[in-house]
Amino acid sequence: MSAVNGTVAPEKIDYSSDQEVRWCPGCGDYSILKQVQTLLEQSGKKKEEVVFISGIGCSSRFPYYLDTYGLHGIHGRAPAIVSGLRSVRPDLSVWMITGDGDALSIGGNHIIHLLRRNVDVNVLLFNNEIYGLTKGQYSPTSPEGAVTRSTPMGSTDHPFNPLALVKGADGTFIARSMDRDPKHMREVLARADAHRGTSLVEIYQNCNVFNDGAFEVFTEKANKPANTLFVEQGKPLTFANGTKGICIKEMKPRIIDIGPDFSPNDCWIHDERDNFKASILVRLFDDPNHEGAFPRPFGVFYVNERATHEEKLQAQVKRAKEAKGLGDLDALLKGEHTWVIE
Amino acid sequence: MSTAPTKTKPVEERRNVVILFAGDSGDGIQLTGSQFTDSSALFGNDVSTFPNFPAEIRAPQGTLAGVSGFQLHFGSVEVWTPGDQCDVLVVMNAAALKANLIKLKKGGAIIANTDGFDKKNLRLAGYIDEADPLTDGSLSEYALHSVDVTKMTRAALEGLTLGMKEKDRCKNMFVLGFINWMYSRGMENSERFLHQKFAKKPDLLEANLRALKAGYHFGDTSETFTTRFEVKPAPMPKGSYRSITGNQGTALGLIAAAQKAKLDLFYGSYPITPASDILHELSRHKNFGVVTFQAEDEIAAISSAIGASYGGAIGITASSGPGIALKTEAMGLAFMLEIPLVIVNVQRGGPSTGLPTKTEQADLWQAVFGRNGEAPIPVIAASTPIDCFDMAFEAVQIAIEHMTPVILLTDGYIANGAEPWRFPQSRDLPEIVPPTVVASGDVAGARRTMADVHDASGKFLPYIRDERGVRPWALPGQPGLQHRIGGIEKEHKTGNISYEPKNHELMVRLRAEKVARIADRFKSIRLDSGPPEGDAIIVGWGSTYGAIRTAALELQAEGHSVAHVHIRHMFPFNRDLGPLLKKYKQVLVPEMNSGQLRQMLRAEFLVDAQGLNKIQGLPFTSAEIKEAVLNLMKR
Ligand SMILES: Cc1ncc(C[n+]2csc(CCOP(=O)(O)OP(=O)(O)O)c2C)c(N)n1
Ligand code: SF4
Repeated sequence: MSAVNGTVAPEKIDYSSDQEVRWCPGCGDYSILKQVQTLLEQSGKKKEEVVFISGIGCSSRFPYYLDTYGLHGIHGRAPAIVSGLRSVRPDLSVWMITGDGDALSIGGNHIIHLLRRNVDVNVLLFNNEIYGLTKGQYSPTSPEGAVTRSTPMGSTDHPFNPLALVKGADGTFIARSMDRDPKHMREVLARADAHRGTSLVEIYQNCNVFNDGAFEVFTEKANKPANTLFVEQGKPLTFANGTKGICIKEMKPRIIDIGPDFSPNDCWIHDERDNFKASILVRLFDDPNHEGAFPRPFGVFYVNERATHEEKLQAQVKRAKEAKGLGDLDALLKGEHTWVIE
Repeated sequence: MSTAPTKTKPVEERRNVVILFAGDSGDGIQLTGSQFTDSSALFGNDVSTFPNFPAEIRAPQGTLAGVSGFQLHFGSVEVWTPGDQCDVLVVMNAAALKANLIKLKKGGAIIANTDGFDKKNLRLAGYIDEADPLTDGSLSEYALHSVDVTKMTRAALEGLTLGMKEKDRCKNMFVLGFINWMYSRGMENSERFLHQKFAKKPDLLEANLRALKAGYHFGDTSETFTTRFEVKPAPMPKGSYRSITGNQGTALGLIAAAQKAKLDLFYGSYPITPASDILHELSRHKNFGVVTFQAEDEIAAISSAIGASYGGAIGITASSGPGIALKTEAMGLAFMLEIPLVIVNVQRGGPSTGLPTKTEQADLWQAVFGRNGEAPIPVIAASTPIDCFDMAFEAVQIAIEHMTPVILLTDGYIANGAEPWRFPQSRDLPEIVPPTVVASGDVAGARRTMADVHDASGKFLPYIRDERGVRPWALPGQPGLQHRIGGIEKEHKTGNISYEPKNHELMVRLRAEKVARIADRFKSIRLDSGPPEGDAIIVGWGSTYGAIRTAALELQAEGHSVAHVHIRHMFPFNRDLGPLLKKYKQVLVPEMNSGQLRQMLRAEFLVDAQGLNKIQGLPFTSAEIKEAVLNLMKR
């Protein structure tokens, strides 16, 4: 037994619910579920303090599979549900599960406001660049030209760069991970959980039924080194097994070969508190198949401490109570001007 | 309240008076009207008001589109409507006269600000060849008083260092002072108001006070006005009173109910006319544990309220037609979750953006039927500004005690209208008992213990029901009650996802039954007035109350066998409503829509209800209703 916040929590809690998990065999969602469960167990949180809120989509079935409190909402509106819950319950650990369609298409409006307000919630954005639940239409993150059931001639839409959007909305914790790297995901999730405010983790998730291999170039052993860049606080930005790095020259990122001319010390040193650098990092979003493309970064890009929305709301309530005294219903009903008829 | 000693002019008594103040939307007409209302109410009159705003915030000055009006009916007798026609028309410019003359009784008084009748104003108001109605004799059937308000206000403010624009803004206080004089009102209330409003702006305070007094003395000294009037206090029930608008009433009713349920109140909303004042009012009372959240849109507003209710507060949202349309999907979610939620619809003219500043009652079907799947949500409706308080309280009460979203319908007419309110004491209001699950021990009311909500194997059953069909409210943070809920169909009792055909039918029925049983709590329906059976009954709902009541009382006084029943529970109906309607030969349903309640009554009770339908963005006059009843009885 270990002590958490003065109370005794069991060493290991089983967070799996009694519900059968119903994702397609091989779906990347399983891996994410496993890592979240592991993290919750390790964190020693009590089940009753944890709430999962989701929208609609394959990923949004997530809350059913955990023995915590859960609310499976409506398409795209989880951020708003979370905002209301948080406003009145700052004591809970709140998680939000959403997909690329859920968060960025129908819920695009709500997610930016969640971020701007900095509601304290861990948002896991499962990006599979497709609509899974409705069986394979393109999503707002599908690349231009994507051939899907609704775009037989290729999508004509320009996709969102999700983390650039999050940065644009002044998200205070911005990170990316992938279903195929459990250890990395767990570390990132733990960081997200520790952050006060909206932590948004984009997770590349393979939909093996409708968009199999969409992230192969980043997740599979053969391609991973050349196309991915794992950022770590205080460490130089290097990739391709340390043979390449990224430096900033004349305000622009450039790829350099590490060797006789450049050492890792010449590379950009990752600083997740650096607002400016974070803006560049989220913009490293090249098509990996392009010659000279930047690698895609993973890890925690940006962390910023800013008061949470619910803190500010509750502080106002507290201030009002201090200034005016606890609400006196009779005084309220009476109002300011009364007269008596005898 | 005493009146300052003045030169004596004869005082005539009147039982009731209707004044319509009208001017350009920049003239401060609403303020003049509401201040005089306050003074009248304080004096002991019964009052009813009808503020009528232009659709544009700042329509071009001097045009018909820019006319703002405030109609006030005050009396030494009971007053139920702002009045069909007015006795006095105060107009600040030509457009205000042109737009409102039809509302003035023949022989009524016009008090016109001559400065608002220059060539430009006449042209903008559309007077042909700029013919001046104040001088061309066209108003000969009225008692016309032309007063140069602008000139006299400026004169009164001479020597003050204010700019001309600011000085001219005091014109409305001149008018207020004058009307105070004309109806033998003291000035204390108006003065106190100005002291409060301009506490931090001494120069504006001085100017407004001077204008106010100038108006009063003008009445006294001017040769034109030979008589003053007096409207004695109304024989109202003993007690303490204040004045309240419908939106205020709604806000206070919500807070009072949350207090009685010992819950925090969360209000999520997105601004829309005429509902915004509820947000404004609630946001002033954070010391009652009120959290207000101005959401990014109506969908977020209701969704946030759902989240708050899920967390154990009472979640509330309000809007008007177009915003309510956006909230529909989330209402379905709340209905499936079976959690408390109050949705207020301050109706306005529709469809779509419709007539945003005008009133209508055309969202009844939207409220009762407007969702996908079978999602019966209780719908209740307020009939007067005061009733907004009672119905808002009841909405919260039903929502919490029956674990359901509830829709409260009010409308722009009662939301902005004011009346004197014999406010209740908190101890007179009922306690509200949420069906929350508590650890154990003796529990009062509808609360559940842990033992009540688990099956034999110790599994928590979020959708187990009590004898009223109500499920437990299990709040996050409580050990042993973890559960997952959502909009997907759930298995009876366990709440697990279930697509089993028979289970779906069972659940649809159980939810409908739960809502139907809410009627068990309603007191038996009472006639508002009239005989228990007879020739005709007028069936009203919502803000048509005053006009119908006035018409019914007059008809009864004239010897007709006519009753009036006003429906507050729109869905489910009171159980005894059907039998009641069958006791009359004719049933008339006046509505500010094409007949939505009428169709519901016909469908539900197979009665041959007839409609009186007015779809003009304007409330009924009692005369219209009277005439319709008389015609119907001739059939
Ligand atoms: C209001 C509404 N519109 C449309 C749908 C249908 N719908 C359900 S999930 C979904 C897209 C899901 O895609 P995504 O968010 O990427 O989640 P995934 O299934 O891929 O995990 C859509 C369009 C719905 N449930 N509700
Ligand atoms: S459709 Fe795709 S995202 Fe959905 S469960 Fe199957 S594999 Fe996973």
